[in-house]
Amino acid sequence: MLIRTLPELGHFALILALAMAVLQAIVPLWGAATRRPLWMAFAQPMAWGQFLFLVFAYLSLTASFALDDFSVAYVANNSNSLLPWYYKLSAVWGSHEGSVLLWVLILSGWSFAVSLFSQRLPRDMLARVLGVMGWISSGFLLFILLTSNPFERLLPDVPTDGADLNPLLQDFGLIVHPPMLYMGYVGFSVVFAFAMAALLGGRLDAAWTRWARPWTNVAWAFLTMGIALGSWWAYYELGWGGWWFWDPVENASLLPWLAGTALIHSLAVTEKRGTFKNWTVLLAIFTFSLSLLGTFLVRSGVLSSVHAFANDPSRGTFILALLGVTVGLSLAIFALRAPRVQSLAGFGWLSRDSLLLINNIVLVVMTVTVLLGTIYPLLLDALGLGKISVGPPYFNALFVPLTALLCLFMGLGPLARWKRMPGRELARRLGGAAIVAMVVAAVLPLLYGGSFSLGVTLGLLLALWLALSLARDIVDKTRRGRLGGLKKLTLAYWGMVLGHLGLAVTIVGVAMVSHYNIERNVRLAPGQHVEVGGYQFAMTDFRERSGPNYTADTATIEVTRPGRASFTMQPEKRFYVASGMPMTDVALRPGLFSDLYVALGEKLDNGDWSLRIQLKPFVRWLWLGALMMAAGGILAVIDRRYRRVPRRSAAVRTHESIPPGAGARGDIS
Amino acid sequence: MRAKRQRRLIIVVGLVALVAIAVGLTLYALRANINLFFTPSQIAAGEAPRGRTMRLGGVVEKDSVERESDSLEVTFRVTDFAEDVEVRYDDILPDLFREGQGVVVIGQLDDAGEFIAQQVLAKHDETYMPPEVAEALKATGNLPDGSVPSS
Repeated sequence: MLIRTLPELGHFALILALAMAVLQAIVPLWGAATRRPLWMAFAQPMAWGQFLFLVFAYLSLTASFALDDFSVAYVANNSNSLLPWYYKLSAVWGSHEGSVLLWVLILSGWSFAVSLFSQRLPRDMLARVLGVMGWISSGFLLFILLTSNPFERLLPDVPTDGADLNPLLQDFGLIVHPPMLYMGYVGFSVVFAFAMAALLGGRLDAAWTRWARPWTNVAWAFLTMGIALGSWWAYYELGWGGWWFWDPVENASLLPWLAGTALIHSLAVTEKRGTFKNWTVLLAIFTFSLSLLGTFLVRSGVLSSVHAFANDPSRGTFILALLGVTVGLSLAIFALRAPRVQSLAGFGWLSRDSLLLINNIVLVVMTVTVLLGTIYPLLLDALGLGKISVGPPYFNALFVPLTALLCLFMGLGPLARWKRMPGRELARRLGGAAIVAMVVAAVLPLLYGGSFSLGVTLGLLLALWLALSLARDIVDKTRRGRLGGLKKLTLAYWGMVLGHLGLAVTIVGVAMVSHYNIERNVRLAPGQHVEVGGYQFAMTDFRERSGPNYTADTATIEVTRPGRASFTMQPEKRFYVASGMPMTDVALRPGLFSDLYVALGEKLDNGDWSLRIQLKPFVRWLWLGALMMAAGGILAVIDRRYRRVPRRSAAVRTHESIPPGAGARGDIS
Repeated sequence: MRAKRQRRLIIVVGLVALVAIAVGLTLYALRANINLFFTPSQIAAGEAPRGRTMRLGGVVEKDSVERESDSLEVTFRVTDFAEDVEVRYDDILPDLFREGQGVVVIGQLDDAGEFIAQQVLAKHDETYMPPEVAEALKATGNLPDGSVPSS
């Protein structure tokens, strides 16, 4: 009996969580403003309670899916009794209501983590950080309860079976991509909360950046993984082998990533050198705002894509209002509280500081160009000026040269010293790397593809430049310290190396697969064969089979290559029974240096089938690189110096009541 | 102090110039890569330019899909129930492409008035009607019952 009321209990839990979020938003901030320790201490129990109730709400929705309770509208629309159990559990975030619930759950999870791992923070700082997160949480819980309640019942006409999950989503990708992406999106709320807390407390010294850095890195690593998983998923699921479409929904996740990448670098400068303070705060605001914008774009239904579920205009309006309030309020607080006195720690034209400044400028320009291409059509549409779309050529035309510029300076950055770096020394240390990179990049395409290709050369040049300059830096650093040199390099340093190498690997992947991709569309009947890129593809068999909730036409393709063992690939065309939707299931033969990709097209009039056969060289490098970047971000977090805090924060604690701006010059590191 | 101010002025002017150049280039790239949306009626009225990439939206006319017997080339008509446009495509049609359903085609008009498609988009849902198409059909009063704009 209790189990039948689970959705209602979940609903109550959401309401209780909202009540706690509101208290968490108001009491600790008020307490911090009036210096009442008891009120400040209110933040933690509220964050814990909120997390607890949201976990409960989430689990009750999951239980409704697991128990096939089709009286819950959300379950009826997105599940089916034939759906395998793992898709039932992940169908919870397969559509709008549940994914917003996951959003809030993750947000409260981050708040919970902050309250657990930041016990050493000054009391008022922690109270303010959690207070700001309480505001965000209140906003989104209100959004759920007012416009997208996942526990809505379909009574008394309970459907006998559900409408089934969209077949495109019935895949491993659904299980991993959304949670990872949300961890990243929502994770940026932590650095945002830290920045706001620092502004509110008037303590805009370098200390807040030190606390915020690990959180930002982790969020960034999750976002990196989320984007990479999304790209990988689209690659094999959508059936035509693309890995990035410049679709507005993809851009929505790329925007906070670009801004977040700028942010983790600018945080480093602020922490180490005490400069860029206002800039870092602004970036933190922008990064989180772009996360919200992404949520708005994806959730509001202004875009039509696989991701856009909502078509209820009140939802779009609500998120837009939430976005407006967040951006407006945080910028207003920034304008009021940002320290007027600039810290005047200067730096030379050529120094690590200036190179990181260039990094930030280029990344922000990239963000703005992508933002422009993404929202320009929406703006025109909203103003009634016609319907347009911005094609991939726009993004490629701007993104490629900007990436090249970014990489050029990225090679110099790790070797440059803070404050001032003699250009001659830099040239001496990197001249070799530059020459080797140029020669190898010019020659490799000739050896690999048989002809010169500007795009590949450019890609290889950038990748080699990054890799070789890092190698040079490691060699220099270890030589100076003799044998013990390697040990002296910190984990944070290795994190940087891994992250930068990851970008190099991704660039190689992009350049190679864009230029050496072979694609042929053919018609084939059982018994026939075709030759593509040195491989022979023969259709040996064709049969029907049935899966748990679909029937499928399966082709067996035997692939042979002179002098190699042959193997078979089995592309499928599935037909999902409950929803009546067809789906292409691609056959993949992954390899580190090349993927074989066979997709079944459609049945033609005389019984032939159309097939799309592709050879995708180095496509795995794209995601491998992203994986390395994410690993680099995590590696930097587990660096010992972030755990060596007690002594330092005790020192900071004594300064709890510094007036605004007074702490602006402290160079903590 | 004056030298410092002067230097700052140079930096600011330089930054403004850079931003102006960046914005100019961006807008130029944007202008060159905008794909306008047209309905079959607009194309029939000669409003659409030749030889420029654009998007055409409408419904795939019943019994209009014809395939070549030895290649993948396929032709079909896209209609808004007032006018229609012949589309030629030499690739694999998406899973959800069906006669009588909404579709968006990206491509160019050739001199014969035929639409040479580079990409055919039929979205992820049976009841899905691309929002532009639904709006265009509504304007001509031909929106079929039961189709939901967007999904």
